[in-house]
Amino acid sequence: MHPAYSVIFFTTASGAGYGLWIWLGLRTLLDGLPDRAAPSVTALVLGGVLVTLGLLSSTFHLGHPERAWRAFSQWRSSWLSREGVAAVATYLPAGALFLVFLLPGSLPGAGLFAALLVSGALVTLWCTGMIYASLRTVPEWNHGLVPTIYIALAAATGALLLATIDVAFGQRSEILLLVAAAALLAGALMKWTYWQRIDVAPAPYTLEQAIGIPGASGIRPLDPPHTQPNFVMREMGYAVGRRHAGRLRRWTMALLFALPLVALVIAALVPVLSLIALPLALLSAGAGVLVERWLFFAEARHVSMLYYGAALGGREAAAP
Amino acid sequence: MTSLPGDTPKKLGLVIDLDTCVGCHACVTSCKEWNTGGYSAPLTDHDPYGADPSGAFLNRVHSFEMEIDGRGRTVHFPRSCLHCEEPDCVTVCPTGASYKRAEDGIVLVNPDTCIGCKLCSWACPYGAREYDHDDGVMKKCTLCVDRIYNETLPEEDREPACVKACPTGARAFGDLADPDSAVSRNVAERGGFDLLKEFGFKPVNKYLPPRDPATAGIVPTPAPEDRIGAPRDRLERLFAWIDNRLSD
Repeated sequence: MHPAYSVIFFTTASGAGYGLWIWLGLRTLLDGLPDRAAPSVTALVLGGVLVTLGLLSSTFHLGHPERAWRAFSQWRSSWLSREGVAAVATYLPAGALFLVFLLPGSLPGAGLFAALLVSGALVTLWCTGMIYASLRTVPEWNHGLVPTIYIALAAATGALLLATIDVAFGQRSEILLLVAAAALLAGALMKWTYWQRIDVAPAPYTLEQAIGIPGASGIRPLDPPHTQPNFVMREMGYAVGRRHAGRLRRWTMALLFALPLVALVIAALVPVLSLIALPLALLSAGAGVLVERWLFFAEARHVSMLYYGAALGGREAAAP
Repeated sequence: MTSLPGDTPKKLGLVIDLDTCVGCHACVTSCKEWNTGGYSAPLTDHDPYGADPSGAFLNRVHSFEMEIDGRGRTVHFPRSCLHCEEPDCVTVCPTGASYKRAEDGIVLVNPDTCIGCKLCSWACPYGAREYDHDDGVMKKCTLCVDRIYNETLPEEDREPACVKACPTGARAFGDLADPDSAVSRNVAERGGFDLLKEFGFKPVNKYLPPRDPATAGIVPTPAPEDRIGAPRDRLERLFAWIDNRLSD
């Protein structure tokens, strides 16, 4: 599948933003209003900037961005529409919480707004994952782990971001470092399991089924329908990076999980180095998510490519 | 609304005969010609006469080699939207631009509300939708909705352009919900089948399998291997006579 660059940037940026909102919301829910508003306000605003940048960039790959507002209408059937509705709805508790943080005196409703913020962020991330996971035409995406991986990676980058903001304001929370480490480990475990599963997945459909002629076997393309690649081949047959999947997976594991974990350990053991270690962990994890998202597209095979002679199924399952 | 209409009273669609299709691509060019000025207009081309031509087409014809009951066959295989009864290309659309008509089951894209997100093309296992980069919207077979109901055309022309163009009659158009329609009877008689029926989208379009050459009576009788067949002139007759004399 062709990776839409704007969608990769969108899911990386807004993923981190929603992750940040999730941990900020949970902290507010559990600890109540913070003594110092500045770190929480910064986290809330930065999350909003990331989410908004992501949502804006997601419209760049549209043929008609000026019509994007129409995408809020079909939430009954479409996960993409649900994502849009959830994303916009999540701005409401974020805005309310912003007021609660900023206005003097203890306004009521902080807990409720925080809970709504966490739920909104989780639902939006879930919808993003389901856009891919609901497509039966792409076996690598049509997988139960896909939406949870989207949530786990958002939670991991969001926790790193919140820890970095805290350190920048001179406050440290060992629990947050632990939370970030746990989210990274959970993400690594899920991603590793996902790769193992798709590698051995048998081909769900064959060219024989795609052609459908009863009793036909040994089908192979003789003449192509067109001399140059068309939209279907460029979009569904895109494979740049697939040959290097092994190397890119190792890069993902290193950048997204290993390096940030090492940095977290350093930050926990040598607090003086936190201000260097945590931003580095964040940058590394961000780059790791970008590689992971590219691979998520490049390794995905589309059923329609059967007609062009491609085979489905995992790398190890395809081998005779 | 991108929710599906459920059972439609009519199921307009195509029946494509893989026995008689000769892979001439007349349906492809005829479709392009009509639809670049019709409902889906324009069907943009990039670099059409250059080294790397590409463009939006609503119909593609593949050619495959295969074995059917032990016999090698070449099968030409037109591929376009199958106007499925329960397709995901409609339900995934976030704007309602991709829809299935309740009255006749035709699956259409509204070019005025499509945002060009391409998700419908991802949801189609048949690769039937092609994005128009210039127009910024998705293009697909309209079943020539602007021909089949078009009262300004002579009645015999109210058929999809691909059907009108086919020189071998390999494409037929009709109502597949009506068991007595010509297309439904042909499907029943010839054992019409669905593409990728395991997917469960219930395509309306049906394909007819290549006929068995043994029962179709087109098995060529093998020529005698070691005789000159049908000598054409005196010299060949002389060679044939010598050949026969020497062989006996």
